[in-house]
Parts: sequence; C-alpha cells; structure tokens
Amino acid sequence: MKSKDQLEVKINPDWCKGCGNCVSFCPTNVLAIDHHGKSTMVNREGCILCGMCEKLCPDFAIWIGGKEDE
Amino acid sequence: MTSEIVQKYFRIENLPHIWCPGCSNGVVTRALTVAIDELGLDQDNIVVVSGIGCSSRAPGYLDFNTLHTTHGRGLAFATGIKLANPKLDVILIAGDGDVSAIGGNHLIHAARRNIDITTIVFNNNIYGMTGGQYSPTTPTDAKGTTAPHGNIDKPFDIAQLATAAGATYASRTTAYHVNQMVKYFKDAITNKGFSMVEVASICPTYYGRKNKSGSGVQMMQTLKNDFIDRMAYDKLPEEKKAGKHLMGVFKNITLPEYTAEYQRVIEALQGGESNE
Repeated sequence: MKSKDQLEVKINPDWCKGCGNCVSFCPTNVLAIDHHGKSTMVNREGCILCGMCEKLCPDFAIWIGGKEDE
Repeated sequence: MTSEIVQKYFRIENLPHIWCPGCSNGVVTRALTVAIDELGLDQDNIVVVSGIGCSSRAPGYLDFNTLHTTHGRGLAFATGIKLANPKLDVILIAGDGDVSAIGGNHLIHAARRNIDITTIVFNNNIYGMTGGQYSPTTPTDAKGTTAPHGNIDKPFDIAQLATAAGATYASRTTAYHVNQMVKYFKDAITNKGFSMVEVASICPTYYGRKNKSGSGVQMMQTLKNDFIDRMAYDKLPEEKKAGKHLMGVFKNITLPEYTAEYQRVIEALQGGESNE
C-alpha cells in the first residue's frame, strides 16, 4: 500500500475520449480538457487524490497510481 | 497504461473499448471488478455471461471465464452453467432490452427458481446498439427512433419485476453512484440466490440525442439529481416528489437456493437417506 505522497493522478490520453466526467465531477476542479480534446491535469497541488475521476471515467483512462509506476 | 485493477481484471489487449464517449458502461463494468476485488473472489472461479447489446460486450473486455451468448438468452446459458457446476460464481451482464424484452421470460423464471446467479442490468432506457429503438424501460413520452412522436408505452420497473418474480435480492442504483454500486454488487454476489442489481445508465448517443438530454456529463448530473433513496423519498414533502426516481434495496431475504435444492434431491436418490 502506497502512502499519499507516493501517489498521483495518471492519465492515458490514448484511451481518453474526452467525455469530461473527470473534469466536471472533480471536487477541486484540477482537471481540464486540453486542445486535443483529452483530459489533462492543470493543478497537481490542488488534487486531493479522492479518486472521483477514476470512478467516473468510462474509459479507464485516468486513475490514482504510484508516481514511480510506468 | 492503466490502473492496477484494470490490468488485473480486464483483457488489456482488447482496450480501449468501443463504447461511445460518455457512455456509462465502462463505469459500471469497472465497478463490478472493484466489487469482485474487494470480495477477494477467485478470478478463475467467476463466469461472466451476457446476451446481445452494448452492455453485453462487457464480458469481451473482462478477464474471467466469459460467455457472450444469444439475444435475451444469457440467463438460460447462465442457468446451465450454474447447474453443471454450482461452485462457480455466475454473473450475468445484460441490458434493459436484453433482459426485460426478448429475455423477459428467462428473467422471471430464473428469479422464480431463486438460482444463485447475480444479474446486473445496465438500464439505459433504449436499444443503443441497433440505433435507438424504444425498449421496455423507455419512459412514457420519451423519444426513440421507433417512437419519433413520443413513446406511448408504460415502462417496466426491472428491479421490482425481479422482486415480484421471486428474486431474493433486488436493488437499484445509478452509474453516478459508484460507491453504492460497488456495495450493491458485493451484496448481490454474496447473496445465495437470484440477485438483481439494476443500474440506471446513460446512452448519450441515442437516448440523449433523441430526448435532448444534453451531454454525457449532463446526463450523469441528471442521474445524480433525480435518483433518491426510497427511504428518503417517503419522507419528502409531496411537492418535491415529482420527477424523482427511486433507488435502494427493494428486497433482501433468504430462501432455499435452486442448485442446493437440486443437489438435495440427487443425494436423497443416490444415498438412500431420503426422509420421504
């Protein structure tokens, strides 16, 4: 089990279809859709690692993972 | 590149999936793997069965024993699997059209027998795969390609249908309420008997466009706003009840399970220890 400071939001843009669930339901508004139509992190310090984005992503394209993970 | 849970329970080589942007099927399918993971079930002891439809493509992405069968007949195949090997954890994934229209009889009789199968219904209120025809759960007045002036049918309440037919566990949640969904999936899988979890889902491509429901995000927001726990609904003042949909657990009881009863008959006939 990793501690919170070892974790971060990770995004796989190849799988993201840009539906916007993660952006809209993020309680701290730290995500955005970029000019390619993909989810992107815009405020990493503001992220509280709640996991709402991961739960509501229909495409398994955003998740809380270890900073060291591939 | 994806999360540990998806790497463990999905066939990564088949991803990304073909579901439309904003479709909630991925949310529900992932929640099922979270429930299985939290229960600590043996991945190789699980069989996921489906019929035909958008939701029925889910087993193709899942790394369990999986079976993609004919339209509406998922429960018939699942019944055969469970009777042949009652030790297996059998889960059916079905859409509203699959399980309540062409498969309606299989649903009521599987529920009546109380066979230990967990049925998860992705209820998006429309036939998405074939182009947006109205289904048995399309609300009255809602539009589909086959109801361009509004649907005149009254919709089925699938969870209540299963309850009335004899399911020992039946509940409803939505694709937005992921934590509750995971809990209901765990309760349904654990229940020894026929279990039904109806998940109110969204189809932005067909239901959403036909009914001007907005984007996938707006439809998820609608699920969040419009669904209310049945206990909380009873306490609402009358003027606030309009337009609300009920979620929660409708039934959770214990009754003799079908494969156990069948085994009892076999043992009585083979062992000569019948009490009759």
